[in-house]
Amino acid sequence: MPKVKVPRKSTSVDMTAMCDVAFLLLSFFILTTKFKSDDGLGVVTPNSVSTKPASDKNVVMVTMDKEGKAYFSVGDNNTAEKQDIIDMIDQGKNLGLTAKEKAAFARSGSYVGVPFSMLKSFLDLSADQVKNFKSPGIPLDTANNELSVWMNAATRAFSGNTMTLLVKGDNNAKYPTFHGVIDAFKKNEIFKFSMVTNPEGVPEGTALAAKRATGAKEE
Amino acid sequence: MAEMDTSSGGGHKKGPGVKKGKKLSTRVDLTPMVDLGFLLITFFIFTTTMSQPTAMKLFLPKDTEKPEEQNKVKASGALTIMLGKGDGVYYYEGELAPDGSNFKASNFKDIRKEIIDKKKSTNPQDFVVVIKPGPEATYKNTVDILDEMTINDVKRYAMVDIFDTEIQLMKATEASQGIK
Repeated sequence: MPKVKVPRKSTSVDMTAMCDVAFLLLSFFILTTKFKSDDGLGVVTPNSVSTKPASDKNVVMVTMDKEGKAYFSVGDNNTAEKQDIIDMIDQGKNLGLTAKEKAAFARSGSYVGVPFSMLKSFLDLSADQVKNFKSPGIPLDTANNELSVWMNAATRAFSGNTMTLLVKGDNNAKYPTFHGVIDAFKKNEIFKFSMVTNPEGVPEGTALAAKRATGAKEE
Repeated sequence: MAEMDTSSGGGHKKGPGVKKGKKLSTRVDLTPMVDLGFLLITFFIFTTTMSQPTAMKLFLPKDTEKPEEQNKVKASGALTIMLGKGDGVYYYEGELAPDGSNFKASNFKDIRKEIIDKKKSTNPQDFVVVIKPGPEATYKNTVDILDEMTINDVKRYAMVDIFDTEIQLMKATEASQGIK
């Protein structure tokens, strides 16, 4: 009887296909990744059931940190409006800012968290110094609500365009800060704004859960 | 795929003195490359922010000085929710009794039931929730309670400044419960 030859198979697997998959996934993640923005304020936003993604066009953002200090910033792709805003503030408050200081405000990722009296010296700081600078926050008292001046400048700079007004608050910010921010908006006749939150699931058995299940429209 | 055809085509015979070049396999071991690929994938998975922040819309009412322009709230259909220290929630239905007897303490878990109950028991046209965050309430509390309005499909709600008497009642309840 002739021997049946069992062919010896190599144990080494062809890695080519796996390599292809790995790099396909890699390129997907590289392209879709959006690094966690580091605004240097370390704000942890609360959760909400809202599903609408926050718009990033014509953004004017008011940030409240955990100590309840308010900061004002404008989106990075609105450099022209930023320039307008700082010009208006400069004229309105007679701060005598130099072109360099104004450029510091228009720099991408810049934010302001100081009263007008300190604005000039704050804008003189270099990018590294700003990181270590402890801002006292924009005053929000009823008597001296400086944020409303900023908001006034912002609404004028964005006139004609729809401005996306975002409020980004830390979980631990106290309500009086938020109240001061709302007051600043109301003084400028702004009655519509959005709050930046993290998405969260809808609890079972509630009216909203039933509404979403049927696919009804939400306002 | 990853190999090249290395066999020389045809029977090209070399002379006896010519040394045969050793045939090297062009097959590359791809394992380290795959390792590297997956390492980078893991890195990008961890650094990426997949969950985009969402925006919650809020519409503010216009402040009017004239009382006739203000929307009058029918007291019987109102549920007033106050936010206090340490995630405390307090509420009363209708108008606050002068002695504060209908002032009740609650928390974020139980307040949903109260809202649903009140919604069921009142005429939908009169039902309104009045939210009064106290000076010690956090921004998270405020967003949570506004979220609760969306969750329970409350159509009419308003954020109003808190009264001193309510702060006093809240403080008294906090003191008796030992909330710091």
